[in-house]
Amino acid sequence: MTDTAAPSQQSSTSGADAGVAARKSDVRNRWLLASPALTVIFFAALGPLLIMLVYSFLQKGSYGGIVWSFSLDGWFNVFLKRDIFDDTLGFADGHLSIFWRSLKLSFGTTVFALLLGFPTAYYIATRPANLRPVFLFLITIPFWTNLLIRTFAIMEVIRNEGVVNTLLMSLGVISSPIQMLFTDFAIMLGMVYVYLPLMVLPLYASMERLDFRLVEAGYDLYATRLGVLRRIIVPMVKPGIIAGSILVFVPSLGAYVTPRVLGGGKNMMLGNLIELQFGQGRNWPLGAALSITLLVIVMVALLFYVRNASKSGVKSHG
Amino acid sequence: MHGNLEAMPAISAHLVTKIFGAGPGSITALDSVSIDIQRNEFFTLLGPSGCGKTTLLRLIAGFDHPTSGRIDLEGSDISYLPPFKRPVNTVFQSYALFPHMSVAENIGFGLKMLGKSGAEIDAEVDAMLKLVKMEAMRDRSTAQISGGQQQRVALARALAPKPKVLLLDEPLSALDLKLRKEMQIELKRLQHETGITFVFVTHDQEEALTMSDRIAVMSAGKVLQVGSPRDIYDRPSRRFVADFIGETNFMDVELVSIAKDAGRKASLKLASGKQISASLPEGEMALGRVTAVVRPEHASLTNPKASSVLSGTLKTVVYFGTDTHYHVELTTGGTFTVRMQNARGQAGEFSEGDKVGVDIDAGATQVLRD
Repeated sequence: MTDTAAPSQQSSTSGADAGVAARKSDVRNRWLLASPALTVIFFAALGPLLIMLVYSFLQKGSYGGIVWSFSLDGWFNVFLKRDIFDDTLGFADGHLSIFWRSLKLSFGTTVFALLLGFPTAYYIATRPANLRPVFLFLITIPFWTNLLIRTFAIMEVIRNEGVVNTLLMSLGVISSPIQMLFTDFAIMLGMVYVYLPLMVLPLYASMERLDFRLVEAGYDLYATRLGVLRRIIVPMVKPGIIAGSILVFVPSLGAYVTPRVLGGGKNMMLGNLIELQFGQGRNWPLGAALSITLLVIVMVALLFYVRNASKSGVKSHG
Repeated sequence: MHGNLEAMPAISAHLVTKIFGAGPGSITALDSVSIDIQRNEFFTLLGPSGCGKTTLLRLIAGFDHPTSGRIDLEGSDISYLPPFKRPVNTVFQSYALFPHMSVAENIGFGLKMLGKSGAEIDAEVDAMLKLVKMEAMRDRSTAQISGGQQQRVALARALAPKPKVLLLDEPLSALDLKLRKEMQIELKRLQHETGITFVFVTHDQEEALTMSDRIAVMSAGKVLQVGSPRDIYDRPSRRFVADFIGETNFMDVELVSIAKDAGRKASLKLASGKQISASLPEGEMALGRVTAVVRPEHASLTNPKASSVLSGTLKTVVYFGTDTHYHVELTTGGTFTVRMQNARGQAGEFSEGDKVGVDIDAGATQVLRD
């Protein structure tokens, strides 16, 4: 192997050795070519995650930050709590209810976004080809405005003295304002509004590729409109449904601004709980452990969803 | 729904007009089309692309609705019924098989939508697979079978619900020549065995002639002529029909007299001054300048003689194996094509440059309406 290090000096290098040298430089070149991507993956994705993982196993500093000594307190506090008076152990039901609410609201957001996004995407996909870009453009317009401003706009619409309540009261439909702001409803409304384009766009992408002759074939074979929707359109656009649902569910689960503004601080979601640990709570290890937990929940949910979806895709229809 | 049901046509179109769009940009795809398609008939809509044949098919299927006029199915108006309420099924040009279903699920789809039980569907699917000779492919995915096999599945799928009328939208156009010939025979067999009325759309005149009981020739949204393949070929009534189907010699002639008897034989004066007898199309004809047609195989070459109705110089001789085509430049102007069968050892009787006469078979000349 030593002569392969300097092949140019050994004019009598055997064919086999030349082959080994070529393969070695080939491998080296491949790593070289992959290095920019690997650098990005490490510094942008794996690195921060590793920092989080390490922090979750350290002791919290008294004024925020961490102390470099091993501790399981962070993970302990995710699920359990010690009573401050008698030191008995109990479930951290505050955390658990926030987990549960986050899952519930994110699931609800995904379902409503799907119910609203599906007909929207179908409508756009069935317009003449020259009109479709106009509709897609309209769908993306909200992205141009800051999320916070859009969220405050919703606040203005649904607060007690807001547009909806004022209108309903002046029409005499209600006598006192309906409390909508600072409820789970407000959070869900805000999240559906913010994430709806993320549902519409992938749905549109798969509907645009839908062969509408199959829809005609379905009608021809005695399927009613509902039958065609259920047995032909939905199975064919399933990839879009899956992609849209993931794109809405994942950011909903970690949403911060929307629950903060529309939930009014009392209806916390996971994102707010995590922020609290890094801010006022001054408990970085707990915050890190909660973040990792969120990540695991998302991954488990995705695995479950994708597996279920692909299973029903090949399921017998007969 | 009154009257004799047996005599009622399967499909009857009355003055059907279909206009797409509105205003100056609108397109009239069908212009006052009236057609009766009889039960158990293999009926073909023949015409070039854009003639409205597919539009008519889509109106019968229910994917579009007529702008005016009506379409009856066995005597009851179906003009505005949605496709899923019509006992009519379609074999699509692209087959349009459901890619997320197996062969058997595709075939059983219509029956399932009609609410048939699982056992009934299974039995019918098996029968259909047998009918189209695809038993071995029952559980294949539609992506795993060839184009010809997909064609058979599409046929089985459309036949399984036992429709009153089966619509076929150029179903053979995607197949190669050999497979197409096979499927032509197969389609005839299926129509015979099932006793279902077939409405077949094609632009291929040979396909239309070999398969159909009757043909409707369409052009620019109108039906020009309806008749048996023999009628359409031997007795074209319009220039377009004569030109679109097969090869034809057109002659400018003068219609000099029409016999008063039932045969309505006409007498034509050719440019050479010779007179021949001819058949007239249906309806009134005025005397004067008309166009007459003669198929190339209904004429024969002779040595120049006084009795020949046409005479000229042989310009080109093209040998086709079974027959030879002779292009004659007429002394009165224009060319005339004669096609004669080749018998063994008969070659070289006429060669290019020869002076020849042309005889036209008795009863082979047809006068056109336009």
